[in-house]
Amino acid sequence: MYDVYKIRKDFPIFDVLVNGKPVAYLDTTASAQKPQSVFDTMRRVYYEFYANPHRGTYYFADAITAAYEQARKTVQKFINAGDNREIIFTRNATESINLVAATWGLQNIHTGDEILISEAEHHANLVPWQHLCKISGAELKVFPLADNGEYVAEEFLARLNEKTKLVAVSAMSNVLGTMFPIKEIAAAAHNVGAKVLIDACQFAVHYPIDVQAVDCDFLAFSGHKVYGPTGIGVLYGKAEILKKMPPYQFGGDMIENVTFEKTTFADIPARFEAGTPASVQAIGMAEGIHYIERIGFDNIITHENELIKYTTERLSEVPQLKIIGTAKNKGGVFSFAVGNIHPQDLAFVLNKENVAIRIGHHCAQPIVNRMGYNSLARASLGLYTSKEDIDALVAALLKAEKFFREE
Amino acid sequence: MDIEELTENFSFFDNWEDKYQYVIDLGRKLEPLDENFKTEEWKVKGCQSQVWLVPHFSEGKFHFNGDSDAILVRGIIAIVLLIYNDKTPQEIKSIEVTKIFAKLGIEENLTPSRRNGMLSMVAKIKEYADLK
Repeated sequence: MYDVYKIRKDFPIFDVLVNGKPVAYLDTTASAQKPQSVFDTMRRVYYEFYANPHRGTYYFADAITAAYEQARKTVQKFINAGDNREIIFTRNATESINLVAATWGLQNIHTGDEILISEAEHHANLVPWQHLCKISGAELKVFPLADNGEYVAEEFLARLNEKTKLVAVSAMSNVLGTMFPIKEIAAAAHNVGAKVLIDACQFAVHYPIDVQAVDCDFLAFSGHKVYGPTGIGVLYGKAEILKKMPPYQFGGDMIENVTFEKTTFADIPARFEAGTPASVQAIGMAEGIHYIERIGFDNIITHENELIKYTTERLSEVPQLKIIGTAKNKGGVFSFAVGNIHPQDLAFVLNKENVAIRIGHHCAQPIVNRMGYNSLARASLGLYTSKEDIDALVAALLKAEKFFREE
Repeated sequence: MDIEELTENFSFFDNWEDKYQYVIDLGRKLEPLDENFKTEEWKVKGCQSQVWLVPHFSEGKFHFNGDSDAILVRGIIAIVLLIYNDKTPQEIKSIEVTKIFAKLGIEENLTPSRRNGMLSMVAKIKEYADLK
């Protein structure tokens, strides 16, 4: 357990007053705020040793290359990958998944094959597969969840068969908070010879990942959610699979030898990192990860579990509020509806009260519709969230409920 | 009520709660759109909530019906229709709506996305006027 008020001092944005009042930031699921140490680290790179990595033969270039490759090792350790060449830097998790679809997917998915996903996937782990199916002639299969958002093993297993070539699931739903038993899912998928991709965008923020224990073939997450900067994401892939994959984009830094007749490509991971990389962002993301590690997942989980309990209790005080997604095993994501008040109307009053939440379909339209809505409000927690943030949310919701009540 | 009267009513409010309670009331009083028109065809794109707008043109003038599933947006629609209804295409084209909204003091209180929704609605109205 830690002192959250001390932690909050590490985040400059919490000093910002809007209309003279502090903001309750409850949209960490969309993107996390960043600690001072991330800014300091990135600033240090630009101020002290910035150059293009992998290319120069002078001090700055050597220093930034070392820091960039050290960031790769930090990510490797963070998800317990066996080999740092299994870590590919991308723009974001969306690009990580698109990379797999465009390379491994085009190479391995054919007419008659099936790709299996859950009905709660973010568009980033849905649309690339839908597109791949369209151009390859494969079929996209979707396994449903229970009405409360719970994972149902039978539903998954019923749609898994020898035609399944890929299972792509989120480790934690960004709408329902439901956590999926990814180790169990990966084992069952491997049993029928399918590969497994895990969307760890939400999970990576709150819980430790061990790709070797889960035994997934691919895993994606983004830097901006693990308290790092935007513009950087991660794709993990097993080395033996990555080595057989064709390049994703073509250009500098990904080649071995180029003539006008023929180009040979670099080994992994360089083969998948064409062009000047987002080196400073990768180094910034590594500092975001170090920040998490300094606090420790044990402490973060203890803090967030207490807040999850507190939030669940306090939200029950709001008349007509219904939490959407009440799986037993759920993380700090609260999608909800308040009577028939439109989430956009709710958000208007919440914004007036300096409470920052997300409304809409949360880039996961099918699951929002399946739960019976076009749009939902969502409050989400991070390691810096305090009880006062939740109190501000509940107070603003009570005000909104009264504001829109028809007398 | 016309827009001058509305502007005057608005000037009496000194906090956002009262002002938007009034907008909500306008929304509640807005004649609901026939459910048959709540289709993709009549949907105005670029809004966070669902917004529908249906034009009627007779004797040289436009009359619009509109609706939304968000009550504040319904109120805004009521205001937009107050500005644009029963006007000729020429009149519609000459209205400087952002000035009217600035005068009402609505703009500063709207989130960018909802303002875009309102502007999408206005753009749609002008599109209909341009066709005449």
